[in-house]
Amino acid sequence: MRQQSMHFAARVGDRLADVKLQANLKKAKGKFVDMRAAAVREFDADAAACAAAAGRDDAVTFAALRDAGAAIRSKVIDDLDLWLEIFEAKAKASGATVLWARNGEEVCAHTIEIARRHGISKAIKSKSMLSEEADLNAALSAAGVQPVETDLGEYILQIAGNEPPSHIIAPVIHKTLDEVADLFAREHGKPRKTDIPALTREAREALRAHFLSAGMGISGGNFLIAETGGVALVTNEGNGRMVTTLPNVHVVITGIEKILPTLEDLATLLRLLPRSATGQTISNYVSLLTGTKGAADPDGPEHLYFILVDNGRSSLLEDDFRAMLRCIRCGACMNHCPVYQTIGGHAYGWVYPGPMGSVLTPLFTGIERALDLPQASTLCNQCGSVCPVKIPLPQLLRTLRERQVTRQLRPRSERFGLKVWAWLAQRPALYARAASYFARYLGWLAGGEDRIRVFALAPQWTAGRDLPAPQGKTFRERWAAERGR
Amino acid sequence: MRVALFVTCLVDLMRPSIGFATARLLEEAGCELVVPETQTCCGQPAYSSGNRAAARQLAKKVIGEFAGFDYVVAPSGSCAEHIRNAYPLLLADEADWLPRAQELAARTFELTDFLVNVLHVDKVPGRFAGSVTYHDSCSGLRGLGIREQPRALLAQVPGLELREMAGAEECCGFGGAFSVKFGELSAAIAARKCGNLRASGADAVVGGDLGCLLNIEGRLRREGDLKTRVLHVAEVLAGVDGDGEAPHAGGAN
Ligand code: SF4
Repeated sequence: MRQQSMHFAARVGDRLADVKLQANLKKAKGKFVDMRAAAVREFDADAAACAAAAGRDDAVTFAALRDAGAAIRSKVIDDLDLWLEIFEAKAKASGATVLWARNGEEVCAHTIEIARRHGISKAIKSKSMLSEEADLNAALSAAGVQPVETDLGEYILQIAGNEPPSHIIAPVIHKTLDEVADLFAREHGKPRKTDIPALTREAREALRAHFLSAGMGISGGNFLIAETGGVALVTNEGNGRMVTTLPNVHVVITGIEKILPTLEDLATLLRLLPRSATGQTISNYVSLLTGTKGAADPDGPEHLYFILVDNGRSSLLEDDFRAMLRCIRCGACMNHCPVYQTIGGHAYGWVYPGPMGSVLTPLFTGIERALDLPQASTLCNQCGSVCPVKIPLPQLLRTLRERQVTRQLRPRSERFGLKVWAWLAQRPALYARAASYFARYLGWLAGGEDRIRVFALAPQWTAGRDLPAPQGKTFRERWAAERGR
Repeated sequence: MRVALFVTCLVDLMRPSIGFATARLLEEAGCELVVPETQTCCGQPAYSSGNRAAARQLAKKVIGEFAGFDYVVAPSGSCAEHIRNAYPLLLADEADWLPRAQELAARTFELTDFLVNVLHVDKVPGRFAGSVTYHDSCSGLRGLGIREQPRALLAQVPGLELREMAGAEECCGFGGAFSVKFGELSAAIAARKCGNLRASGADAVVGGDLGCLLNIEGRLRREGDLKTRVLHVAEVLAGVDGDGEAPHAGGAN
């Protein structure tokens, strides 16, 4: 995916001015936030009822479940190499082939090589963010393999001219129903309709031929299970099942951090993921795919490949950002982010938007290629307080800001301003005098009114709001005058 | 009980009435109040902008000048949160400073938290004729667990009706330097907050952090709302109505 994250600030204005986008964002926000809240409430009520029925007072709340989820993910990340070896051995024993990719190019190379080996000219895909990281569709097309997205959202984006997704679990959240209706009428050459089931049926008809004619299925993976060597897929559409069972070749492309030790651990994470993502108690489909088609199996692929991708992940292991590898890609952080809610996912300019994207993009693609992202946060911690695996996102963003400072990547004016301010703050008498002058200056700017409408020192403040005028003298001046020294 | 007032930069500069209101509340509750003269800033802006060295220096300065008091109280969840949660992190690798940072953290409180959980105040001097809605500022709410404290205190104010708004716990878009680095974005987030608080129909919005209040007031006025009052919780509780007039010394207003 072409990276645009370096132009974040410039792209924000367009998003704010985009009336349609703003309307869509408003709708989506209510949906995801309210549904998660309801799911959590219900979970806690059920837990309390269960505990009471058993005469105990130690109900497992959603908060406790998040602790458990975080602990499982931390355990894996702390010994990632070991878990990967166990997974690899189990996967091989079940008949799968395990391939490793250091970066996006290697993902593409492996996939194309697999397609060639099996003489494949068409691949059906279910949702995979790794495929976005690797820009896989473009590479496949160039190699003569037609990629067909079968997740409804991803399908819409593909026929809309390969638009990038704007949300990790709801990729077309930026589009209105009307836009989709127009798009379908144009691309499918059928009468325009706005009934959602009818539109879905139309997409299904268009996709059916692809399902039956594709030789290869490509999917992502929500979790890799070390003890079985299999993959867990959590989806809401039946397409994932078709992609992973109809074609003779199934390729799973996923990040090396997606491991869970056991199925028991999967059970814990499965209680967290859908509730955090969409407020569902469980997704419509949960598939556990292990090994190739056995002699007694009526269906399933004869060839199963895992492409396990690093693409920057291992560089997070050694440092302050290790917690980020716990991420299970639920999207709750962006759903609850005031910035994401206001500008949507495209403004972030790479695969992953929202708070998790603002951490991952600079780490995966280079700090200097996404300077705005860690800054574009109020550090309100609405993200961290809903993250199912308790990633301290604001802290990670702050650490990225520290990296920018130590690497001297902040603008000179900002560095200078901070230096002067820090110097003053160490000198109480001067600081007090500066505050007193500044209060007077602001009062003068307000010119007798209770507010300043244009503030030249910080024009960005008054671009969208006034600056209330100070009351007059500073607190300490008045305190000294009233209480004496 | 000797209590040091941490005024905060913004209150000092923009709205001294909050400082006086805080002083009144603490003194009426029987505290011996001291305003250490050399105080400047807690260093949170340095920390948030990634300037760790400056943040550490300021942390040490604050630790030094606020030593020896029973408690330190700030009319701000954001500054109190920084002292409580960030100082021990910032000084974690300095063996002679860490215990001092932890010790200061343990006796530093946000105002409403202090009034409720330390002083167990059950009567406040303020009076308010009308309805208010409470905006939960992020650092206090998610960093210090300040949610019920201001509401419990506001419930003690004669004449005051509390009307909760939708999304009270959502960020107002201030975010310190964020508000000037991404001004439009910040104002757009503030606009949503303003919509919610207006929908509550309250006469005033009340909060515990001046940064957020300036943001909200600035946006309300820009939208042409000259009517909804924007008040700090200390002002409401103390009966200092934010018009700039301080109560007289000793809180005999
Ligand atoms: S950072 Fe947390 S909330 Fe965000 S997508 Fe990852 S797991 Fe979900």
